Amino acid sequence: MEKSLSWREFIITRLIQSSGYSAILFVALIFFFLLREGLPTLGEVDASSLFNFRWYPIESYFGILPLLSGSLIVTLGAALIAVPFGIGTAIYISEIAPRWMREILKPLVELLGGLPSVVLGFLGILVLSPFLRVFLDLPTGLTALTGSLLLGGIAVPTVVSVAEDALDSVPRAYREGAWALGATKWQTIWRVTLPAAKSGVLTAVMLGVGRAIGETMTVMMVTGNAPVLATGLGSLFSPVRTMTATIAAEMGEVANGSTHYHVLFFIGMVLFIISLVVNVIASSVVFRAKKRAERILS
Amino acid sequence: MMTKFLSRNRHTVQRIGFTAITMMVILTIIPIIATIVFILIKGGSAISWEFLSGFPHDGMRAGGILPAIIGTLYLTLGTAVFSVPLGIAAAIYLSEYAKDNQVTRIIRLAIINLAGIPSVVYGLFGLGLFVLFLNFGTSILAASLTLSIMTLPVIISTSEEALRAVPQSFRTVSISLGATRWQTISRIIIKEALPGILTGVILGLERAAGETAPILFTGAAFFLPRLPQSPFDATMALPYHLFVISTQVPEMPIQIQYGTALVLLVFVLSMNVIATVIRSRARARRQW
Repeated sequence: MEKSLSWREFIITRLIQSSGYSAILFVALIFFFLLREGLPTLGEVDASSLFNFRWYPIESYFGILPLLSGSLIVTLGAALIAVPFGIGTAIYISEIAPRWMREILKPLVELLGGLPSVVLGFLGILVLSPFLRVFLDLPTGLTALTGSLLLGGIAVPTVVSVAEDALDSVPRAYREGAWALGATKWQTIWRVTLPAAKSGVLTAVMLGVGRAIGETMTVMMVTGNAPVLATGLGSLFSPVRTMTATIAAEMGEVANGSTHYHVLFFIGMVLFIISLVVNVIASSVVFRAKKRAERILS
Repeated sequence: MMTKFLSRNRHTVQRIGFTAITMMVILTIIPIIATIVFILIKGGSAISWEFLSGFPHDGMRAGGILPAIIGTLYLTLGTAVFSVPLGIAAAIYLSEYAKDNQVTRIIRLAIINLAGIPSVVYGLFGLGLFVLFLNFGTSILAASLTLSIMTLPVIISTSEEALRAVPQSFRTVSISLGATRWQTISRIIIKEALPGILTGVILGLERAAGETAPILFTGAAFFLPRLPQSPFDATMALPYHLFVISTQVPEMPIQIQYGTALVLLVFVLSMNVIATVIRSRARARRQW
């Protein structure tokens, strides 16, 4: 009896341990399979035509620059919306709103995070893009701007929840000290609380941007999918095509193992590496800030 | 000079600042409510028993969306089968067993990274590993496995938080009464953390139910005349169906599009609401 119990304990402990380790395994597996299918690209397409301005796979033009610039411009636009609105909402929830308001706002913002991206894309096609076409007098409403507006909305919940956590973890004594010195609530927020939560807010921004770069369905549905090199902010008003949308739109039609197939995996690899870099930096910012806080407290 | 001006008028500045922030919040909240209300109103008239229980016909331009509803149910359940036990076990490891060392830090970094990987990259991975390498084909199994790995970080991090919130004294008392570590976890800790874990599981599955990109190349079918018969069949799914009928089918009646969006929204948001209710009720009832 004793023995079987300890055996069971042993096996269960090992099972739980390997489940914990599985996260590492999955990241490694994802990277491995992206490399496996994506790296042959470098043998099949030479670098000069890969980093070129023409994406026209039917005639074997695999220049990914238009896709990179498309992702960048849509994400930049999304960040311009999500950062001020996300941080503003976080400040309101954590510093200004009365308790009952907080209890309503938090689940509402979470609700936005739960909306399927395909539903937002659907509304983008039917409501937002016709509106923008008429309002801005554009030839088409399916533009980078349409994508940016919706992506901004998708990134807001991420920014809000991380930034709000950061603001919330600023010790109350900081605020009380500022108030006691005669600062207004606004001065306290602007000069004490926000600077104290700086690293967490930065993390929020990075995670929001990461969320926007990786978003697929919405941008595929509303940005018009024209693989044209974005040259400046003016490109916000014309159709673009992002890396994610390219993969989603074209993967279904390519033959497994063809050059086109490998290039799409290569783009996936680029996306994976971008998200890896963003997340590693974002989490190291948090770790460093925590360490500094611990040093101060000890 | 400037600071003097500001400090004399600091209450005006505060009023302007608060107004600006309140405006931002309103501009953030109104579109959320408007989106939901708009789809409820527009889609409401499309909902009928036939729409919910019928098969699509006339090139999906008429009939119901039953196969897509059932497909999304299958995919959500399939995802739960893999991700719930694995996610909870991993959370237990991180909260109860893991030491604060380099390996644990790498595990946490891996989880953060899993959470950040774009959904379409999960789709590529699922295609490479499950569909082609393991030869599952475009199937419910391959799609569920892909979605499972995508939902893992949500389930792990929320469950871990719930487990950690159980006071240390519960563990100390249980161990001192002669229980083993696993007995303590399985009979005391999990029970106390259950509402939090449940919230995490539902939020994770909500994400799986609403996602399109990961199932595009791993399990979604454009149209199927019958329901899937086994885990190795491809399936229709609500999000993919909405994508198809709003972009790929010309002259699609707008009614059906809004109806499909409504069903998907209700499916996903009801999970969200259930999770929120469980969480707030557990918080209200908590004794410790």
